[in-house]
Amino acid sequence: MDAIILQFFNGLEKGSAYALIALGLTLIFGTLGVVNFAHGALFMIGAFCAVTLRKVFEISKVSLDPTKTDFLGKPLEVKTPYVEAWFGETIGSAMINYSVPLAILLTIPVMLFVGWAMERGLIKHFYKRPHADQILVTFGLAIVLQEIVKYFFGANPIQMMAPSDYSGTVNIGAILGMDIFYPVWRLVYFFFSAVIIGGVFAFLQFTTFGMVVRAGMADRETVGLLGIDIDKRFTLMFGLAAGVAGLAGVMYTPILSPNYHMGMDFLVLSFVVVVVGGMGSLPGAVAAGFLLGILQSFASLNEVKAIIPGIDQIIIYLVAIVILLTRPRGLMGRKGVMED
Amino acid sequence: MSNKFSRRGVLKSGAIAGSGLLLPTYLRAESHSGFTNAPTGSEVVFGFNVPQTGPYSEEGLDELRAFQLAVEHLNGEGDGGMLNTFSSKALDGAGILGKKVTFVTGDTQTKSDVARASAQSMIQKDGAVMITGGSSSGVAVAVQGLCQEAGVIFMAALTHSNDTTGKDRKANGFRHFFNAYMSGAALAPVLGNVYGTERRAYHLTADYTWGWTQEESIAASTEALGWQTVEKVRTPVGAGDFSSYIAPVLNSGADVLILNHYGGDMVNSLSQAVQFGLRDKMVNGKQFEIVVPLYSELMAAGAGSNIQGVYGSMNWNWQLQDAGTQAFVKSFGEKYGRPPSNAAHTSYVQTLLYADAVTRAGTFNPCGVVEALEDFEFDGMGNGPVLYRGADHQCFKDVLVMKGAENPTNEYDTLEIVETTPRAQVEYAPDHPMFAGGDLGQCNPGA
Repeated sequence: MDAIILQFFNGLEKGSAYALIALGLTLIFGTLGVVNFAHGALFMIGAFCAVTLRKVFEISKVSLDPTKTDFLGKPLEVKTPYVEAWFGETIGSAMINYSVPLAILLTIPVMLFVGWAMERGLIKHFYKRPHADQILVTFGLAIVLQEIVKYFFGANPIQMMAPSDYSGTVNIGAILGMDIFYPVWRLVYFFFSAVIIGGVFAFLQFTTFGMVVRAGMADRETVGLLGIDIDKRFTLMFGLAAGVAGLAGVMYTPILSPNYHMGMDFLVLSFVVVVVGGMGSLPGAVAAGFLLGILQSFASLNEVKAIIPGIDQIIIYLVAIVILLTRPRGLMGRKGVMED
Repeated sequence: MSNKFSRRGVLKSGAIAGSGLLLPTYLRAESHSGFTNAPTGSEVVFGFNVPQTGPYSEEGLDELRAFQLAVEHLNGEGDGGMLNTFSSKALDGAGILGKKVTFVTGDTQTKSDVARASAQSMIQKDGAVMITGGSSSGVAVAVQGLCQEAGVIFMAALTHSNDTTGKDRKANGFRHFFNAYMSGAALAPVLGNVYGTERRAYHLTADYTWGWTQEESIAASTEALGWQTVEKVRTPVGAGDFSSYIAPVLNSGADVLILNHYGGDMVNSLSQAVQFGLRDKMVNGKQFEIVVPLYSELMAAGAGSNIQGVYGSMNWNWQLQDAGTQAFVKSFGEKYGRPPSNAAHTSYVQTLLYADAVTRAGTFNPCGVVEALEDFEFDGMGNGPVLYRGADHQCFKDVLVMKGAENPTNEYDTLEIVETTPRAQVEYAPDHPMFAGGDLGQCNPGA
């Protein structure tokens, strides 16, 4: 029972990341009709915003301690972060400790800008081109972004810690009278994702801007005929989708140490999520994200693998095949999308 | 005036000349020398084939630094490093047999097919007479097989699978690095002393040759102590998120988690195991413990504070106090501003050992080199007295048992040496069951 509950929570946490990335992919596809293979790279850039902020906070003044020596027998360099020197040790160390959540403040403008620059600088030139061209150019862009990050940050994963107040475990089984401990930060990530997903849906549902975007997604031409500059709004939606991917990445860093190819690992799974949810369907992307995350976690149970060896590696693709055979438009796909 | 050059004649001549130029270097060279890529000019080319991208790239890049340092020392540049402490005095810092050492590099991407293609290119296009590199045993085994076929020497760098000098051993291949059996033989007694003999172990294992042989070796050596193996679970290389594999550990009744992971995978799996509170748990009335049988300094740095107090093993560590280690750490540290990893150490040593063998043999012919390396005993390279056993081309030397530093004082102070396990304790017979099924075969000069 404990294992099932734990895997359910693991599935929720994994599903949160899948859902956030798939949500952005669907937003871009639904508005601009672009299949964005660089979306995983946006997730990765978000993660590296957290790395960057922590590195900035850790920039230190160096002094020599003649009483100690380094590995070459020279006086040891002692590093004191400037934030501790400027704001005092308590505030300075708290800034470093909370660098991941604080990075949200950096990530939002960075990702909006990156999204805007990608759309205006490159992707807009491919709107009328076949999907194959879009995939090629965005895939190439993803590799370029990966290599840039690798150049500056190296190839190895970079360890990021959750704030110490959130780095322990919590007894999620207490309500059932059981002792089932789960990492606090993974629960934080799940709730954070729920807030972001809720925020995006509320924005599209309850604002005039969102209403126009939804109308544009349904019938771009008619909205244009009404004198509304739908392209401008869609560009902003690209920025919003990039922002969602970036936020998903920044908060994921204490769970998975960031490395330059982390986005590609998530991208493939997120595309499967989009297809299973239904191309162009935002609720479908979210529902499929959580569904596949949970299924993948349950498939990792030793008892399940004892019956079907290797099922944890193929479950997502197996589900995708079954869904596409029985519901070719995906769980919540709209008629006419990707069917021409 | 008639034109002497007909169109057909020019085309014919061009085709013949082009074919000659396109002929691989090693085919052109061997025709007059009797072995692949025999150096004919004033230079000799080495091929450094390491992962510069992918999950083991940090190790690969450190290997590359060490290779370059070794080439400098062989050519008489720098302070000479371990050439000053090496027990063999055949090398004089004037290249090898009067030829200046040059090199080409390749990126294996930690993929066997890419690594083979890269090595093939080095042999055929660049004329490399020796290939070295590693960081993944799957890659090392694949490239070793290629070198055997092509008739060049393969000096394996970072490869820890028993298979490299076990069932996949080759006459043209040599390994200085220790192996999974040796890790188990060195580590198990220490684990028994620290954690007792009544433990229940759960293995998470990278699903490829290195993971399999390490799992087999560690399970055998800990079971010999009296430990029980509760479960052996295989995980894909580069899985990233191991939470789905870690959650079942909590209810398995195990009180020790053995992570047969390396590089980025180990950083992630260890960090996530700590996140799940494994090290804070009491199971079977005992504190839950994590063991990482194969350590590297680069992994330890990546795992940060999660590694504190976690036991593992290493081939070598920069904190050793012998003259060879100190000479190498000084050379490497002054050139690169950081201490070398044990991947760097084995890469450097293998390059010098090859050069020394060529010099003693008086030829670059692979069969001469094989003869010079087999059963060669040496010292002064940081591991105490070492034997390159002729029966399987595996080096035998002391093994280090390490522990994550409890109170690190600087960024490089991540691991501490717990014990130097003597060579005799990690030796085994060439036909030991874990190494059975292999055959060195005959050395292949490629001619």
